[in-house]
Amino acid sequence: MKLNINGKSVDVTADPDMPLLWALRDVLGLTGTKFGCGAGFCGACTVQLDGEPVRGCQTPVSAVGTAKITTIEGLSASAWGRKLQDAWVALDVPQCGYCQAGQLLAAESLLRTTPKPTDADIDAAMSGNICRCATYTRIRAAIKQAAAA
Amino acid sequence: MKASRRDILKAGVLAGGGLSLGLQFAGGAKASVPGALSAFVIIDPTGSIRITAHQPEIGQGVRTSFPMMIAEELDVDWAQVTVVPAPGNRQVYGVQLAGGSSATPTQFERMRRLGAGARAMLVQAAANAWGVPAGEITTGSAMLHHKASGRSARYADMAEAAASIAPPKPESLTLKDPAQFRILGQRIGGVDNRALVTGKPLFGIDTRLPGMVYAAFAKSPVFGGKLKSANRAAALAVPGVKGLINVAERRDLKTQIDVGLPGIEVLPEGIAVLATSTWAALKGRDTLAAVWEGGDAAFQSTTAWEAAAAKAFKDGPQKPGYMNHGNAPAKMATAAKKVTADYSYPFLAHAALEPINATAHVTADKAELWLSTQTPEDARRMVALALGLKVENVTIHLMRSGGGFGRRLMNDFAVEAAVIAKAAGVPVKLQWDRAQDFAHDWLRPGGWHKLEAGLDEKGDIIAWHDHFVSFGADGALNPTAVIDGSLFPSGVIKDFRADVTVLPIASTLGWLRAPINNAFAFVTQGFIDDCAIAAGRDPLEYRRGVLGSPRAIPIAEEFSGETGEAMKGTPYNTGRMRGVLDKAAEMAGWGRKLPPRRGLGIAFHFSHLGYFANVVEASVAGDGSVKVHHVWVAADIGKHIVNLSGAENQVQGSVIDALGAALGQRITFVDGAVEQKNYGDFHLARMDMAPAVDVAFLSTDYPTTGLGEPAYPSLAPALAGAIYQATGKRLRTLPLDTSQLTA
Repeated sequence: MKLNINGKSVDVTADPDMPLLWALRDVLGLTGTKFGCGAGFCGACTVQLDGEPVRGCQTPVSAVGTAKITTIEGLSASAWGRKLQDAWVALDVPQCGYCQAGQLLAAESLLRTTPKPTDADIDAAMSGNICRCATYTRIRAAIKQAAAA
Repeated sequence: MKASRRDILKAGVLAGGGLSLGLQFAGGAKASVPGALSAFVIIDPTGSIRITAHQPEIGQGVRTSFPMMIAEELDVDWAQVTVVPAPGNRQVYGVQLAGGSSATPTQFERMRRLGAGARAMLVQAAANAWGVPAGEITTGSAMLHHKASGRSARYADMAEAAASIAPPKPESLTLKDPAQFRILGQRIGGVDNRALVTGKPLFGIDTRLPGMVYAAFAKSPVFGGKLKSANRAAALAVPGVKGLINVAERRDLKTQIDVGLPGIEVLPEGIAVLATSTWAALKGRDTLAAVWEGGDAAFQSTTAWEAAAAKAFKDGPQKPGYMNHGNAPAKMATAAKKVTADYSYPFLAHAALEPINATAHVTADKAELWLSTQTPEDARRMVALALGLKVENVTIHLMRSGGGFGRRLMNDFAVEAAVIAKAAGVPVKLQWDRAQDFAHDWLRPGGWHKLEAGLDEKGDIIAWHDHFVSFGADGALNPTAVIDGSLFPSGVIKDFRADVTVLPIASTLGWLRAPINNAFAFVTQGFIDDCAIAAGRDPLEYRRGVLGSPRAIPIAEEFSGETGEAMKGTPYNTGRMRGVLDKAAEMAGWGRKLPPRRGLGIAFHFSHLGYFANVVEASVAGDGSVKVHHVWVAADIGKHIVNLSGAENQVQGSVIDALGAALGQRITFVDGAVEQKNYGDFHLARMDMAPAVDVAFLSTDYPTTGLGEPAYPSLAPALAGAIYQATGKRLRTLPLDTSQLTA
């Protein structure tokens, strides 16, 4: 099947039931999208389909169709994505860093629809993404910094 | 774990010319170690300054903070430095261990001396070249200057000559006056941040090798269980599944050197499923529908353990007088008032976000592994033993860990991957799923405390008695469940007695962030609140009284805790604790009036050489739900903060992590197996739970110590205190049962 990943059309040979997470990581070698829980609880596998954040572990690769997939490897193509990445680096957000790809994809979707998010907006958009190191204070600050940039 | 005074600096000329300065360890290393060119400081003629980050990075920021220490004394600009990784190799790098918040206290001076040594050699090389005394040469930004003659040179220009100079003895080096620090104490971002935010492969789980297959491993959810049946044909029929490997149990794998735990590491029996993707491997594993029976842990049940603890409290302890300082029973008999309370806390899992995995490539006489591990040398030795290889023929590629929290101190996964890869004959990436991560963790043990305190007429504590019930084997507490002289109130309250009852457990127990302390602080600080309330006194003022005059109390006895080596001979300094207690109270505005059902709580705790106090402001809604609005933390970890940005991040993360644990984390056993399968039934802190966390570091004239753990323990008791102030209800069991708090 063909997938549109980060602006490119890519041929993928995979079991139709295979979650997008594993197609990205194992079949295509795009390991920036992370496996965390495999059940939709943690958001480590967050990618965007046509700009909407989805759980890669809960999305069969056959269900993607022609939707445009954005992964962390393609986030820099978005102006919001670049602002967020710069804010993440400037505020030194990561500890272990494992969840941050998913956090960034969720945050980019938030800012595209809500360019000046309130704390409540951030809570609502980001609470599906676990940071096991609990860098939440900096994630919140970095989203606000990117919004102001 | 302390840097040996016999450590000597070893220099060698790199193949391409330039200076390589490594640490040669007198203890057991050969004169010439293969790979010694992978040194700590490498300066080549092009001007590139490479500093090796040798410690396992698990999110504590050590890949940034350690090179900072070297760069400071090397006297280069941080922007001039490239940080390079190191493999796991104790002979070349010394101890590589992410555990016990031990890296900074044990290696701060040593890393600085590595930088200073390299600088001294460069200075001497310039002195020789210019015919001037070394003492007249100054440095800065990787440049050498001789003011009188107006000469200057780049480090790069002198590096090759410097490499042939005899390295100075570490103790002969003069370190910088901290007033001259330009890197240490600054806010320096993590060296991998840009790679992280662009999704570069850094973690063990990101490893991909040519010809690699993916593996999942079916094993008993009950420790020690044996395979009864499995549908191999069905598993082999799953698309993508390439083969099955039977793994036999082994119980002879005790080779840990960096993390002491009793007993034997067990390689469980089971069936490995090899496949073309992780998905197919996991699907194949599930399709096996393996049935297990028996197991050492089959008897385990949380319900039965709770009953056993209650019975021990009723019938009396197995080991009366396990610890006895002073004469608590006699003092108790003279008390004007007695206070009693029961506390308990659950087993906890680490639940690191990167699920356990390992990649291995094993040939006839060599093994190569890519690991997210906190103890690469332990992994190396375990794998060597399991495969019958020489240790030097096992190579560990030390990958970034997607969280450790103590789980990755143990290397069971490395052995599994190595054994499976040997049988497979091709590189194998073994992947556990989240349920296995919970089922086969090395858990923080649960425990119960029955406490009694005797108060004098003023309400001050004159005797403290604890009946501690926790877990172990053969009647002895597991080292992760100790009660000993390092733990408050031992030493601070003179007349102290602890009785012990040991409940048997077969499942694996291990170290979890601020181990032992993460449980005890909740108990001891909560009970101080109980005593303050019984005495009709303010919890802050009461704590000042408990700490008493500033003094250094020697830790009463030898203990086996994780930080034992670093803490040996360390006193408990009540003055330092008073300092952080007062600071936290001042930051929070302790004593101010709050609206109804809103409260402040305060607690302090010493662990991992760090003194911490925090105040929590929380409100309790009518339905009992608890909202933490703000936490103020005061910390005393000595004279220097290595990296202010990383330090603040560690404290904020520890506090919010501890908040998640206090409100939502509990591991339970039924029929010998862990019940929790995923984050849906083991709740980590999330964004909407995260309060503002203000952090103040007190700079005191003591050695610099570590920060991965000690901010964690004092959160839960302060939260319980805030809830008490808000509602008048004291919750003494973790996780806090907020359903008791309805208005």
